[in-house]
Amino acid sequence: MEKILFIAHTQADGTLPNAAREALSAALELSGKIAGSTLTVGLFGKDVKPAADAIAACGAASFIGVSGEQFAESRYATDAAAITALARQAGATIVVAPTTSRISRAVAGAAQRLGGRIDTHISGLDVADGAPRLQRWYYRQRMVATQSRSQRPWFLVVDVGVFPAWSGVAGSAPLQSLAVDQDTCTSRTKVIGIQSPSSDTQTIRPEAEVLLVAGAGWTKKQADGQLHIKDAEGIILDFLQKNKASLGSSKSLVDQSSEGESVLPFMSHLNQVGQTGSTPRHPKGLATCCHGEEPHAVGWRFINERRAINLDAGCGWAQGKADVLYVADAFQVMKKVNELLG
Amino acid sequence: MNGGFHIVVCGSIVPDPLQTLAPMEGATGPALKNEMMLPSVLDPWAGHSLYEAANLAKKVPGSKVWLVSLGPKAKLQQLMMSIAQKVAFELVVLDGPASGFTDSTEVAAALAGAIGSIPGLDRSRLLLFGGCASASRDAGVTMQMIGEQLGLTEQFLGVDELTVTENGALRVLERIEGGQYQVSECSAAPAVLAWATGNLPEPPNNPQIGMVNMRTIMPALQKAQTAAVGTGGISYQAVELPSQRRETRIVKDMPADDIAAEIVAWLKG
Repeated sequence: MEKILFIAHTQADGTLPNAAREALSAALELSGKIAGSTLTVGLFGKDVKPAADAIAACGAASFIGVSGEQFAESRYATDAAAITALARQAGATIVVAPTTSRISRAVAGAAQRLGGRIDTHISGLDVADGAPRLQRWYYRQRMVATQSRSQRPWFLVVDVGVFPAWSGVAGSAPLQSLAVDQDTCTSRTKVIGIQSPSSDTQTIRPEAEVLLVAGAGWTKKQADGQLHIKDAEGIILDFLQKNKASLGSSKSLVDQSSEGESVLPFMSHLNQVGQTGSTPRHPKGLATCCHGEEPHAVGWRFINERRAINLDAGCGWAQGKADVLYVADAFQVMKKVNELLG
Repeated sequence: MNGGFHIVVCGSIVPDPLQTLAPMEGATGPALKNEMMLPSVLDPWAGHSLYEAANLAKKVPGSKVWLVSLGPKAKLQQLMMSIAQKVAFELVVLDGPASGFTDSTEVAAALAGAIGSIPGLDRSRLLLFGGCASASRDAGVTMQMIGEQLGLTEQFLGVDELTVTENGALRVLERIEGGQYQVSECSAAPAVLAWATGNLPEPPNNPQIGMVNMRTIMPALQKAQTAAVGTGGISYQAVELPSQRRETRIVKDMPADDIAAEIVAWLKG
């Protein structure tokens, strides 16, 4: 009989991140499909009761939590200790967790402590012959595998955007608080704080409807033989602001900053999409001034509708990677797009 | 930092990103078609961590860098022809698969064992570096598991910046959600830092560094231990290339105004 544990952490405001509600849906689905399985919710953070109450109606058989000031911050030693304690208490054979930076840092350590196995970036989950069967990508979204394991405990870390976020009425969850062995929580690390981009340069919005990808073409000489970096900067930021879009970049553009070439000042490696960058999930994506080469386009695996603007009709986007390729000058087109967006 | 850091970088090879990859059924599980023939590069995030390690070692006197690589010996030897000219390090080789289909638990155990056997490694000064994920398996878990096996519980994932403060503390910037960084301070080594891209460009080739490195690289390759690393308990039901190929509509000779109108309608639709 599988004992399924859903684990998540609270955010600074005491709520669960959206990714956690998605992973809860995955855990519930799994539990519903595996006959005789039980589901426990395990939360950690400064104070987990409000978060447990918010999902009280999810149908879990029990709720356990690790809370306290030392679990307020996202830090490996304390988080790994909390996850380990939750999994031990639940006697978990399967642990389902969301992909957040906090979980990603600590969960593999907990799996190691428990002698378990772990699979991450899960993009699909099903049950076959009474056991979970997952789908995940290899070689940076180049090929997809369907796989399973017999070892337990088995940690399953579910990617964001794969399952719908659980929603339901709040209630009062029968939360059992766990004490964590303090010897396992000692740490020499102090969290200083969060460094955020200022609001006018915030360019990464994971929840955005649209991903705008800017390629190196924005910083190259244009038809008049001149660079137009300031124009490019204005056009891109204007679009992001008007459309509340997220900004991605090709590797070649972000690399320019470390190579001393002209750059867009708000662009960093954090924006990079593709083989050595992120693979974001957005309903729509618009690529501008980039060629859609394979190492970049693998980062578009989870973009549903794709359009591109490029001067080269034979570029990578034309090779079955985009729905529409506009062969045009992105400076002209995007300036006009911004005008129409008002 | 008294006496400098002992920086161990975990990094191996991945197929050149420009190569077309196709899966096939191998003798022990899934594999890549013509895997041994594919040109390889140093795993990008591991590469960044190696360059950051070398940069840190330069700044902190008495520091030393090791590169621990698990991969087919012949392919690692090819890789060293380029990497060895960039930064100074001592190589430790585990002769085994570099496949993305191997189990991270087995990979971590092999690497932890190799690191634990490095002669003269001072664990109190150890900084364990590596990529935050590989470009092959892309699990993002191996460094944490190696750290656990070596007893390292100060760990950081997705690191873009490390500064050693005047009192020897490690100030670390880790990537978190929404393009933000978590800033932490760890009082001292030992620690695990799984790097994202960092801030350094790829160093230019320096034949002098290459000549110095080669004195230790060839012996390291010759005495490479075989690592019995496989797919572990993973049972692969299928490994496939994505079948989706879009019917791209190529729009030429349309005025910019009309294109813009079409794009806005699509964005709002």
